[in-house]
Amino acid sequence: MAGEKGIPFPATWREAPMGAIAYKPSTLLRTGTWRLGYKPVVDEEKCTGCGMCHLYCPDGAIGLVDGKARVDYNYCKGCGICAEECPSGAISMVEE
Amino acid sequence: MSGRKGRRLTLKDVLGRKDLIYPGHRACAGCVSLTVIRQALKAIERPTVAVSPTGCAEVTTSIIPYTSWAVPWIHSAFENAAATAAGIEAAFRAMKKMGQVKEIPDIIVFGGDGGTVDIGFQALSGAAERGHDFLYVLYDNEAYMNTGIQRSGATFKYAWTTTSPAGKAIPGKPQWRKPIALIMVEHRMPYVATASPSEPMDLINKIRRGLDAEGPAFIHIICPCPRGWRFDSRLGIKVAKAAVQTCVFPLWEARWEDGQLDFKLTGTSLAIAKKPELKKPVEEYLELQGRFRHLFKPVRREDLIAEIQASVDAEWAYLLKRAGMA
Amino acid sequence: MVVEQKAIGMTGDEAIAYAVKQVEPHVVAAYPITPQTIIVERFSEYVADGEVKTEFVAVESEHSALSACVGAAATGARAFTATASQGLALMWEILYIASGLRLPIVMGIVNRALSAPINIHCDHSDTLGARDSGWIQIYCENSQEAYDSTIQAWRIAEHPDVRLPVMVNIDGFVLSHTLEDVRVLPDDVVKEFVGEPSVPKVRIEVPADGGGTRVVELPYKLDPWAPHPLTMGAFAMYDSYFEYKRQQEEAMKAALRVVEEVGREYGELTGRYYGLLHPHELEDAEAVVVGMGSAMGTASIAVDELRREGHKVGLLRVRCFRPFPVERLREALRGVKVVAVMDRAMSFGGPGGPLYTEVATALYPERERPLLLNYIYGLGGRDISVADFKKVLMEALEVARTGEVVEHMRYVGLRG
Repeated sequence: MAGEKGIPFPATWREAPMGAIAYKPSTLLRTGTWRLGYKPVVDEEKCTGCGMCHLYCPDGAIGLVDGKARVDYNYCKGCGICAEECPSGAISMVEE
Repeated sequence: MSGRKGRRLTLKDVLGRKDLIYPGHRACAGCVSLTVIRQALKAIERPTVAVSPTGCAEVTTSIIPYTSWAVPWIHSAFENAAATAAGIEAAFRAMKKMGQVKEIPDIIVFGGDGGTVDIGFQALSGAAERGHDFLYVLYDNEAYMNTGIQRSGATFKYAWTTTSPAGKAIPGKPQWRKPIALIMVEHRMPYVATASPSEPMDLINKIRRGLDAEGPAFIHIICPCPRGWRFDSRLGIKVAKAAVQTCVFPLWEARWEDGQLDFKLTGTSLAIAKKPELKKPVEEYLELQGRFRHLFKPVRREDLIAEIQASVDAEWAYLLKRAGMA
Repeated sequence: MVVEQKAIGMTGDEAIAYAVKQVEPHVVAAYPITPQTIIVERFSEYVADGEVKTEFVAVESEHSALSACVGAAATGARAFTATASQGLALMWEILYIASGLRLPIVMGIVNRALSAPINIHCDHSDTLGARDSGWIQIYCENSQEAYDSTIQAWRIAEHPDVRLPVMVNIDGFVLSHTLEDVRVLPDDVVKEFVGEPSVPKVRIEVPADGGGTRVVELPYKLDPWAPHPLTMGAFAMYDSYFEYKRQQEEAMKAALRVVEEVGREYGELTGRYYGLLHPHELEDAEAVVVGMGSAMGTASIAVDELRREGHKVGLLRVRCFRPFPVERLREALRGVKVVAVMDRAMSFGGPGGPLYTEVATALYPERERPLLLNYIYGLGGRDISVADFKKVLMEALEVARTGEVVEHMRYVGLRG
């Protein structure tokens, strides 16, 4: 992703969009930096593409790509819910 | 694929839908409230406006300049989400009458137990009484989590919170939780249900039915909180599952039609009603959470655990009766 | 060109309800409280008779009333509510939210004293207690002005340089329940005057294909059919909150100009011109009464009678209290020797009543300024008469003669 251009933040009072709107998508915040040393890793052989991990993840950081679960490490906070819940045991929390 | 007019949404339908919450929000790792909202928004099929009162899901998704909402959304105050939603609904209704819009959008409120059961109850009850067409989703993490884990009217009995600590004289919150969903059933609204993020398709279909209901709808969703309930961040869904399996949080839906109440158990709760041996002892739920640790350590409080079991059993019996499955 | 208007006998409450009917906002969400009840009741009749397409939301509290207006206005719709006293106090937090969100809500307030003790009669403690909330505040002298100001309120609130909510205030019982001949405009003229509700545009960044973001411009409203969604009422940390408040102040500054512009335009239409301040016999006045609301009508009779006796007295009615017309006030009072500021509210423990404090502050930087007296009057509906005002003005003239203010804060009609 390119560096932030567009509307400044923090903005001067003349620039700030009116009325307390939030004006940038949070996709700009890489919450992947929150992980404390462990990340989920998908064993594609075990993964059945059921999609439950996608539905359980609070961050939408894991989804199906070509029928297999794939983690977006830009946003994954390493909570471990996907690893805990995967019905096929295809996800493990691995030291980074 | 539409879930409207009684057709059930399937996993396949739902997995094909884009997320309407952007990643990058500031919710805690393992926060189930955002899981609940992500799942719920998978049910969106029409133009939709969302509202939230002050709370975890609001603050973490809207810190200026960043927003995680991919639907139009407003937060105004803590106790007025239902009133704000009522105003939005009335505005679109008027616009339609005046020929300025073609249809009234779906309106969905995501509120925590603080802003719903306690300070927000008046607005919710009023909006329900007036019959506004909106769906109120209560994500219940059983305390004022956003401000640091203080007890609410929805907090489970004997749970530790910062304003109902488990001390030497009093073992946690002395009161039972307010039966908010049953109270909403008695408002005679078209649709009331309970749901759990551990059963996503049950939850998502209920959201769709709530949105499709003509008039007010209310869905109470259990939302375990790793920080406030004191468990490892990976266990949020497991705790929700345990809540359903122990009948601490049964899954049901209630519809009023022509003065008749149609009350049904759903999902795992329906399975337990048919096969009572599936019901697990409440201890299996309590022992997962640090907020109940004082019931087990340093001394096992058999009396309190038994009291909780008895209350859970009584409520379960009541629901079975209501569902005609006693 | 002045439009032909018919006269209808109406009370202040009815006049406001009639004006709202003619504007036909999308939503009226209101809760009854004496002496505002007639506004709500009359409007409900219009709705029940199918005379308006407005959605009337019979909310369960005033807090919900203003909250519903916030929700409605956030969709770009027109929203109105009315209240008084305790009702206004109950919605206090939402006042700040409405102005912070820059929503052009119009609210009719029937000024009534605040409890305790509970009192249903007139004073200005309710709205003056909300003077910092960021709402424009207009105080009406009579029911005609109530009708006229309600119509103007939408033009002021929705002006692109303003975008602030407006309170139109009338004295409880004195105006709300007293019958007057009110000249009204035809429906279509009112509709044309207020026009269609406009919504300003805001710029936001949205995710762009291939990562990153791009800037788009959208109307500032909740619109599920817009190409991109808006997030309203977000959370501002210490790094951004201050700037939003500065924006509100800028809007208030613009409102000074807009209130006058709209008042002038309305005058062309009706023959009744409105401004920030309404002077009476200020020309060579030595002692002047400054005040707000219906009592200024009474005061003007006292001024006329004293003038006939040869006393150089005058009256300056403050119509627009927020934004406070600092420049116009200084101009108007230049050369005046003594000003008696009439306050129908108190600010306990303060240097004077609210209006007195505003006037004193406005005049402070002036090299030459009048002596100031503060008269607290009319609290809880305590009546004030022509004779009372004559006494006030004669006292002021005496102070002008001696050049000495012995005690600046006095009470009119207080027992003891």
